[in-house]
Amino acid sequence: MRLKLKTLVAAAALALGAGAAHAEITGGVVKIGVLNDQSGLYADLGGQGSVIAAKMAVEDFTAKDKSLKVEVIFADHQNKPDVGTQIASKWFDAEGVDAIVDVPTSSVALAVNDVARAKNKVFIDSGAASSDLTGSKCSPNTVHWTYDTWMLANGTGKAIVKTGGDTWFFITADYAFGAALERDTSAVVVKNGGKVLGDVKVPLNTQDFSSFLLQAQASKAKIIGLANAGGDTINSIKQAAEFGIVKGGQNLAGLLVFLSDIHGIGLDKAQGLILTSTFYWDMNDQTRAWSKRFAALNGGKEPTMVQAGVYAGVLHYLKAVSALKSDADGAKVVAEMKKLPTDDPLFGKGIIRADGRKIHPAYLYEVKKPSESKGPYDYYKLRATIPADEAFRPLSEGGCPLVK
Amino acid sequence: MSTQALFGQLLIGLINGSFYALLSLGLAVIFGLLNIINFAHGAQYMLGAFVAYFLLNKAGLGYWWALVITPFVVGAVGVVIERLMLSRLYKLDHLYGLLLTFGLALVFEGTFSHQFGSAGMPYSIPESLQGVQNLGFMYLPNYRGWVIFASLVICLATWFVIERTKLGSYLRAATENPTLVQAFGINVPRMITLTYGAGVGLAALAGVFAAPIYQVSPQMGSSLIIVVFAVVVIGGMGSIMGSILTGFGLGIIEGLTKYIYPEASSTVIFVIMAIVLMIRPQGLFGQR
Repeated sequence: MRLKLKTLVAAAALALGAGAAHAEITGGVVKIGVLNDQSGLYADLGGQGSVIAAKMAVEDFTAKDKSLKVEVIFADHQNKPDVGTQIASKWFDAEGVDAIVDVPTSSVALAVNDVARAKNKVFIDSGAASSDLTGSKCSPNTVHWTYDTWMLANGTGKAIVKTGGDTWFFITADYAFGAALERDTSAVVVKNGGKVLGDVKVPLNTQDFSSFLLQAQASKAKIIGLANAGGDTINSIKQAAEFGIVKGGQNLAGLLVFLSDIHGIGLDKAQGLILTSTFYWDMNDQTRAWSKRFAALNGGKEPTMVQAGVYAGVLHYLKAVSALKSDADGAKVVAEMKKLPTDDPLFGKGIIRADGRKIHPAYLYEVKKPSESKGPYDYYKLRATIPADEAFRPLSEGGCPLVK
Repeated sequence: MSTQALFGQLLIGLINGSFYALLSLGLAVIFGLLNIINFAHGAQYMLGAFVAYFLLNKAGLGYWWALVITPFVVGAVGVVIERLMLSRLYKLDHLYGLLLTFGLALVFEGTFSHQFGSAGMPYSIPESLQGVQNLGFMYLPNYRGWVIFASLVICLATWFVIERTKLGSYLRAATENPTLVQAFGINVPRMITLTYGAGVGLAALAGVFAAPIYQVSPQMGSSLIIVVFAVVVIGGMGSIMGSILTGFGLGIIEGLTKYIYPEASSTVIFVIMAIVLMIRPQGLFGQR
């Protein structure tokens, strides 16, 4: 009798499994939701630009493969985890969204990561930085595309320590992202023989950094590490120039700097800054051609690496859905994304690792002097290329439970 | 904490305080004389910074010109708003004025956000004010020193005009009893319009002061306005001297918090507001 029950259960499970495999495109349309900051301090690095990028990916994909009908929607998470969770749940439950993309602001991304996993949908993050997304919090439903805190620390941090910047003071955004970035950078600094002298945790979206800059100045550290992003980075760099910090012999390390930030600061104050990025519009013919199309749709603004990552991520997601001919099972789609090698005009050929980390090269850039720049957005010159196999945290060190 | 660091933080607090004082002063003038809770004040401050940016980049007029022209340009926008919209609301509850100005603030910010994005525009410190002074305990950027000085002068001048001159006495009388003042042959509606324009002009001036320090960005006002409202509430709605003193005082307290416990620096003012409201609901300097 007992055996019979077991067989019955097994049979039922098989039947169900078969049912799922047969399920095709839910609702007849692949629905992609771009969830990011549409109006606040991170709106320029993602915002509407990410929506444009997602739509361009759909356009490019459906031009070749007419089998899928794809729709892109977007919403503003206001950098608040509760708002992000609410929108994600509503999208998945009531509006038939199959995948959420972008989601900058690590605290929101980690929340959406949980929602996508609980509802077995797909989450392709481009905007958030926390390396926990593919570390302790990794999920079979999540791909982390563009960059992360480990990669930034390893790129910018290492380069600076190697050139003599061996004592650090951190000005850190007081939430998940800042904490992860400071943690990962401190590790790199210490590992390469440097020392961390102190830190100050600053609330997100602060206008005046002078008080924190004074504390950094008093620490006498050679390097002031800015573990913040967007508007916060802009204000700290501008005000550091005002207080003569660089002239006083200390140097700034912008650990996460986007093209849109440099545009906002201006080259006169940003020149000489070293930063790590995985994408720059002026890398090669392909990126230039794509960026030209993008800028025409985005009011002349060139893409940031986050927007580029949204494009590439959506493109690869659609390839996986098309190969499976189904978008019903989120974990299966992500597994297919990991199986297929990635290939797109912006990041080149690459792979997605078992922990959800997308692997591609990273680039160490230096911001040009005003005299070297030919005009708006001609801001970076390449200092070094970090090959794909060194750019991101080794699979074994992340502590992701999916990796055995 | 070393005395050196303490002095540094106090001075920085004073700089931020001068922005709080300038903005809350405008709010206090508008509330005290028009009974309008001007939620568009942050947007008008942002407009001030943008006008300075446009003057520089479209008309080639630098910082000093902007300082003179901007208050009039944005003040004129204020006059139009008062004539077309606010003047219809005086007989209604305060709430309507608040809703209207809040709506206007959202419209302004949304429009600028759409046009210019959120990263904002760079605006440089004028050449004559670049550089730093070594005060021994800290480096004071010349520009920040100028901001403290200028805003003190403007605050005191405004206080003087309203509390100590004939024009000011008309204004105060007109708020108490407009009919009587009108009977003396004074054009009260026009006076009120100009007062609103002046309050808005003060916000715009603060915007020009802020442009070189902060980013000229659409959100610069909304992140500040809530704090400034707290300052006005703590100082006492409508009290001119109260808003000036509270503005500088809270700037200093906030500066100290940034040193002692930076995580709380964005909330400390609201904690103080809650305490003040419990102990002295009319505010520290309010009479009503």
